[in-house]
Amino acid sequence: MTRSEWPLYEVFVRSKRGLNHVHVGSLHAPDDALALRHARDVYTRRSEGVSIWVVRSDAITASSPDEKDPLFAPSGDKVYRHPTFYDIPDDVPHM
Amino acid sequence: MTAVEADLAAGFAATIAAGDRIEPRDWMPEGYRRTVVRQVAQHAHSEIIGMQPEGAWITRAPSLRRKAILLAKVQDEAGHGLYLYSACETLGVSRQDLTEQLISGAQKYSSIFNYPTLSYADVGTIGWLVDGAAICNQVPLCRTSYGPYGRAMIRICKEESFHQRQGFELLATMMRGTDEQRAMVQESVDRFWRPALMMFGPPDADSPNTQQSMEWGIKRHTNDELRARFIEMTAPQAAALGVTLPGNDLDWDEFWRVVKGGGPCATERIAHRKQAHDDGAWVREAATAFAAREPREPQEPRGAAR
Repeated sequence: MTRSEWPLYEVFVRSKRGLNHVHVGSLHAPDDALALRHARDVYTRRSEGVSIWVVRSDAITASSPDEKDPLFAPSGDKVYRHPTFYDIPDDVPHM
Repeated sequence: MTAVEADLAAGFAATIAAGDRIEPRDWMPEGYRRTVVRQVAQHAHSEIIGMQPEGAWITRAPSLRRKAILLAKVQDEAGHGLYLYSACETLGVSRQDLTEQLISGAQKYSSIFNYPTLSYADVGTIGWLVDGAAICNQVPLCRTSYGPYGRAMIRICKEESFHQRQGFELLATMMRGTDEQRAMVQESVDRFWRPALMMFGPPDADSPNTQQSMEWGIKRHTNDELRARFIEMTAPQAAALGVTLPGNDLDWDEFWRVVKGGGPCATERIAHRKQAHDDGAWVREAATAFAAREPREPQEPRGAAR
């Protein structure tokens, strides 16, 4: 028996119009078209989705798993990007 | 342990202590990885083997309604197995290895599926008691420390409720039938009650992995805690149904015998799984060959993912 497996695909489902596609899991499939069919059967048996994306797992580039990664450091010291950084008098409305 | 490893271990411990989830690419102790793989694989295998006892009744369902329900349920079990295999694979295990370890007996599945299904009432009893016990076990696992496992459990728990309710409804329908049907239900409950209680695993004193698993947040409750909770939850349901639950005295020698492949159907379950896998080999090979064909036919433009 061959040791090679069907490639792994990551599956993303849009649960309803107006929402983002969300990662729901993965599955093996021989090609893109069958990955989509399998994704329908595995992840949307109860109308959980109106749209599915599948992408080969090896096509995804990911950041380092460590949240303290310097990649995210630049946003760490920029509190002025948040609205709560600014003091606005209580009696100023609609802000 | 090097300074770097000590730092990583401290980070892992802090994440667990904070009740946060461990994600696939995080550093984790080898023992943690091994324990999660073992538990998730065993869980996945249980779903896959669990298709057999009930699947055997699909062709003999008493009505089209019951057949459609049972088909949907067995299809769900396949789906649950796939969610869990998917979670397990995030830890660097291959699907093929998992399948082979199930077939070789290197990895186990729940002992409950080594008992036969002798009547259609068993379909109801499995839904009510076996899936009921599974839910009791699985709801706390939605908060397990390994992220992909917890997310798979959330999906599974949402679907498992249908399984339990259809089982209870099936039994309730039979209990409103003839004396013979009521006797069938009671006989089925008598056979499945103790094996269902054993689904929670050995008593805490004999469960070598429990303490470490709880420290790591993989398990949230001990076997005996969950078993007691299940008994408490089930009693009023049995009363509503009008069946008598047998005693809670469990034969743990039988449990270990069944876990180690000594159950009435153990050989048959594995042989069936192996045959299904072997029979599917040509499909896997044909699909692989089709995907690899050259030159590729022009694909219909499907547009970017937007």
